[in-house]
Amino acid sequence: MGNTITEKILTAHTKLKKISAGQLINARVDIALGNDVTAPIAINEFIKAGGKKVFNKNKIALVLDHFTPNKDINSAQQCKAVREFALKQKIIHFYEGGNVGIEHALLPEQGIVLPGDLVVGADSHTCTYGALGAFATGVGSTDLAAVMLTGELWFKVPESIKFVIYGKLQKWVSGKDLILHIIGRIGVDGALYKAMEFTGETIGKLPMADRLSMANMAIEAGAKNGIFAPDAITREYVKKRAKRDYKFYSSDADAVYSDIIEINAGVIEPQVAFPHLPSNVKPINKAGKIKIDQSLIGSCTNGRIEDLRIAAQILKKRKAAPTVRLIVIPATPAIYKQALKEGLIEVFMNADAIISPPSCGACLGGHMGILAEGERAVATTNRNFVGRMGHTKSEVYLASPAVAAASAVLGRIASPEEL
Amino acid sequence: MIFRGKVWKFGDNVDTDAIIPARYLTTSDPRELALHCMEDADPNFVARMKTGDIILGGENFGCGSSREHAPIAIKAAGVSCVVAKSFARIFYRNSFNMGLPIFESVELVDAIKDGEEITVDSSRGTIAIAGSTKTFTINPIPPFMEKLIADGGLMKHISRK
Ligand code: SF4
Repeated sequence: MGNTITEKILTAHTKLKKISAGQLINARVDIALGNDVTAPIAINEFIKAGGKKVFNKNKIALVLDHFTPNKDINSAQQCKAVREFALKQKIIHFYEGGNVGIEHALLPEQGIVLPGDLVVGADSHTCTYGALGAFATGVGSTDLAAVMLTGELWFKVPESIKFVIYGKLQKWVSGKDLILHIIGRIGVDGALYKAMEFTGETIGKLPMADRLSMANMAIEAGAKNGIFAPDAITREYVKKRAKRDYKFYSSDADAVYSDIIEINAGVIEPQVAFPHLPSNVKPINKAGKIKIDQSLIGSCTNGRIEDLRIAAQILKKRKAAPTVRLIVIPATPAIYKQALKEGLIEVFMNADAIISPPSCGACLGGHMGILAEGERAVATTNRNFVGRMGHTKSEVYLASPAVAAASAVLGRIASPEEL
Repeated sequence: MIFRGKVWKFGDNVDTDAIIPARYLTTSDPRELALHCMEDADPNFVARMKTGDIILGGENFGCGSSREHAPIAIKAAGVSCVVAKSFARIFYRNSFNMGLPIFESVELVDAIKDGEEITVDSSRGTIAIAGSTKTFTINPIPPFMEKLIADGGLMKHISRK
C-alpha cells in the first residue's frame, strides 16, 4: 500500500520508516510562523516554560501584519513585545515596517517556505504553502511556543481527500472560484481533520498564484492542510527564490484516500460566497442584484501581483461607482513595487481606489476599511463570518479579484461580462 | 473530573470571530478577552452566564481562525467545559494544549434544550441531564491527549520530558 504526499512529508520529518493516517507523531518543524496577534501569547508561554534561546533562529518567522501599521496603543504594545523578542533572539525572518507583507504572501515570495517542508504557523491560513508541495498547517500560540523551544510538535496524521479537477477554465474563472466551488460542494466541515490533495489536468496547468489562493482556503473546508504535488510550475516559482535545498514529493499511485472527488472545472462560472459562511456559494449569474458599499481587493488569498493585474485590466479607464469605497491592498512590498512599475497603481487611483499599505487591514475587521451596520462588501478575502469585517449586521460576499473589480464599477455584485 | 452547570446552547459552525471578535485581538489579557466571550453570537452571554456553566455547540465548533484567544476567552469567562457534536481542528488542539476541557457527544447535543443543567463525568466518559435518568457517552479521548491534560497542557508536558 502506497502513501500520499502528506504522509510522505510527515514521515520524512520523523525517525519513523512508515506512518499511516490516524497515527499520532512527533515531527521536526522546518519553519514556524507567528504574527502580531498570536506571537505575543507564544512568547509569553515560551518564557513561562523557562525558554532562554529558540531552537533555531533561522527557522522562525515573525511577521507583524495584522494590526500594522499599528492601529492603536494596544497593538503597538503587542508589536513592541514581539520586536524585542525577535531582536534578542536574533530571529532572521523578522518583518515589521517597510519590509512587512501579509505573512502567507510574503513567506513563499521570499523563498522562506519551500517544497517538502513541514511548516506550522500560529495562523489558520498557514495551509497556503501547500501550493508549493509543502505540508503546512495552522496551529495555536502554545504550539508555536513548543516549537520555538524544541523544534518539534505533535501531529495526528490526517487522512486525505483527493480532488481530481479536469476541464478548461472559462474566462474570468480563477483558482479562487475553484476553491469556492469546492467548499460550496463539501461544506465548511467537509474536510474536517483531513488533507485536501488537488490533482488533475486543470491543476497541472494552474499558475502558482491560483494554487496559493486555493490552498489558502483549505481551512475553510475544515482541512488540516491543502496540498499540490510540485511540478515544473513549482520549480519555476521556487528556483529563483530558494536559498536552501528543497525536495519534491508526490503521492504513490496506490495511496489510500478517504474519498476521491471529481470536478469538471470547465462548467464552473465565477463564484460568490454569500454571508455568513464560505460554503454559501452561488454562481455569479444567480447572485441577483446586490448593492455594495465596499469592494476589497487584497489579503493572503488574493493580493498577489496576478490578482492586481486582473483587477487593473477591468478597472482601466473606468471608475468605482460613487457609492462604493474601493480598497486595494498589495499583499507585500515587492508586489506593491511591481504594481507601481506596471502602472497598476495609477490605474487603481484613476478608478478612485484607496491604496492601502501591505497589511491584513480590513480582512479581519482590524482597521482601514471597517463596515458599519447594514453595509455590504464584496471582498477577495477568505472569510465572511458574522462581524468578520465590522458590525455584526454587516455582510461580506467572497469572490475573485475580477468579480470584486467589476462589482466596484457597477456598485453591485457583478460579473466582468456585464461591463 | 466532574463538571456541573447550566448549558448555553449554540448552533453549528460557531466560528472564532463569534467566540472572540478580531476587534479585541489587540490584547491577549485573559481578563480583557473574557469580557467579550461569545459576544457576536450572543451579546448578553457574559452578563448572564454563571461560573461553571457549560457551552454547547453543534458541528464544527470553533472553526475559522487559529486564535488561542478563543479558548482563553471561554476559560477566563468561567465556562467549565465545552460540549459539541464536533470541533474544528485548531480549536480542538488549542483547547488541549492550554487545558480547556472539551467533549464530543452528538446524542447529548441533539437531546438537550438550552438552559438545562448537565453533569459531565470525564473519567467515566458520561454526561447526565439533571432530572433525567438517561446518560450519554462522550467520544473517548486519545491517550496522548489525556496525558496532555494530566500534565497540565502542552508546555508543562514538554518541560517534563
Ligand atoms: S489577510 Fe486576512 S486571512 Fe490572511 S492572514 Fe491576514 S487576516 Fe488572516
